Amino acid sequence: MPKVTYIEHDGNRHDIEVPVGLSVMRGAVDNGVPGIDADCGGECACATCHVYVDPAWLAATGQRGEMEQSMLGFAAGTRENSRLSCQIATTAALDGLVVTMPEGQH
Amino acid sequence: MTHGVVIIGAGHAAGAMAAALRQGGFADPITLVGEEPLPPYQRPPLSKAWLRGEAGAAELLLRPLAYYADKDIGLRLSTRAISIDRAGKTVQLDTGATLAYDTLVLATGSSLRKLAVPGADSAGIFELRSAADADRIKAALGPGKRLAVVGGGYIGLEVAASARALGVEVVVIEREARLLARVASETLSAYFARCHAAHGVAIVQGAAVCGFEVRDDLVAGVRLADGRNFACDLAVVGIGALANDALAAAAGLDCRGGIMVDANARTADASIFAIGDCACRPVARYGRTLRLESVPNALEQAKLAAAALCGKPAPRPEAPWFWSDQYDVRLQIAGLPFDVARQVVRGDPASGRFAVFHLDGAGCLQALEAVNSPAEFVAARQWIAARQVIDPARAADSALAVRQIVDLSVTASPPAA
Repeated sequence: MPKVTYIEHDGNRHDIEVPVGLSVMRGAVDNGVPGIDADCGGECACATCHVYVDPAWLAATGQRGEMEQSMLGFAAGTRENSRLSCQIATTAALDGLVVTMPEGQH
Repeated sequence: MTHGVVIIGAGHAAGAMAAALRQGGFADPITLVGEEPLPPYQRPPLSKAWLRGEAGAAELLLRPLAYYADKDIGLRLSTRAISIDRAGKTVQLDTGATLAYDTLVLATGSSLRKLAVPGADSAGIFELRSAADADRIKAALGPGKRLAVVGGGYIGLEVAASARALGVEVVVIEREARLLARVASETLSAYFARCHAAHGVAIVQGAAVCGFEVRDDLVAGVRLADGRNFACDLAVVGIGALANDALAAAAGLDCRGGIMVDANARTADASIFAIGDCACRPVARYGRTLRLESVPNALEQAKLAAAALCGKPAPRPEAPWFWSDQYDVRLQIAGLPFDVARQVVRGDPASGRFAVFHLDGAGCLQALEAVNSPAEFVAARQWIAARQVIDPARAADSALAVRQIVDLSVTASPPAA
């Protein structure tokens, strides 16, 4: 199972095995990783599952979708490597993915 | 002995509360008592992907069953709380068991308003609140079936959209003169009426249902007060909801169309909280006490109550928000349209992409309805919280980017991209 490393804003690390097909958001929520709220449950409606993708993994995680782009465009703390983690599906190729959470989701 | 937290209800608010407590380092026992057989699950997909058969059972759950065992959160499902003994700090369950608590959280949700007309309890007439309700509706839907939706609110319209995707003939019957009469602007109501009509839904507005035609104990039609009759194979009634506050009221807690709570979601009994659909809560941004039926409200209150119990500072207050998906339309609403003096439409509703700004007398943004306009929505959440004054001309000017509507020198700093 691909392993995803979630790093909280305070540096606390969580190494989680996330089943292929599940979103990176779902991997965090299902395992109680703090820092990803996902209020809307993965519908790309709320922008509360914001993460910074480790630059080494940016290409592998693909491009922001149109809706995601708009949601992130005005969210606080958005950077070039910002993504909504509900929009990143876990694949075998993402084994080792590292994402960092912003200071807050609201 | 430590009894910890007992949460009555096992819906979105209850599940979020339990998780927020554990995330906050709460180490005492946590027990959820829920009437439904499922652990906490998401209701929003029930009228959408779940009804269309596009979501699996595992996706519906807020968290997998294993999470609760892993975090030592007790689940007492298919179980109803029948009374609260506040002096003894216990809850009586319908299983005969008694649960002692240090802190009680009421997350009892809401129940759908019943339509009190002849034939309303016939087979083939459904409401949509639970996963079991959704499964019954799903089983009754199919290509060529005729569905009558009574109530042109969000649930009714979402069911209508999902049913059309399944090849069902749909009529939506609304008592008020327009769809979403109490929860949307006239611009938005008119847009959704056109949108549903374009997808083949018959919209009947200003029409009172006076009864159901019943044949062989099965619904066969909806009868209107004006004499019209719409034949159908099934009906879904969505005409609003009421707080489940009977348990609280019987225990002597202050209930006025919902359980009254303070800014921390605490009732007048310091050991009892109420969160989610069942609670009437102060909403500081609007200086009002309101009962809000939405997932974001349930989550915010769960976080407030959990912070209070964990001795942590309360999270920053949020502007209420909502969303709805119908066909390829994503509606997002930020804020509540109180004290609105002026509405400004940005974009052309005919294009399927527009936003309605609701400004008060001082020009301050109170609420925004965004149709396929996520950037406006995200910006509005921040502007509403900040009581941002909006220039109507700039808001209406689609040539300006969203971030140009407000002078950036006086709002949040731009993204560091």
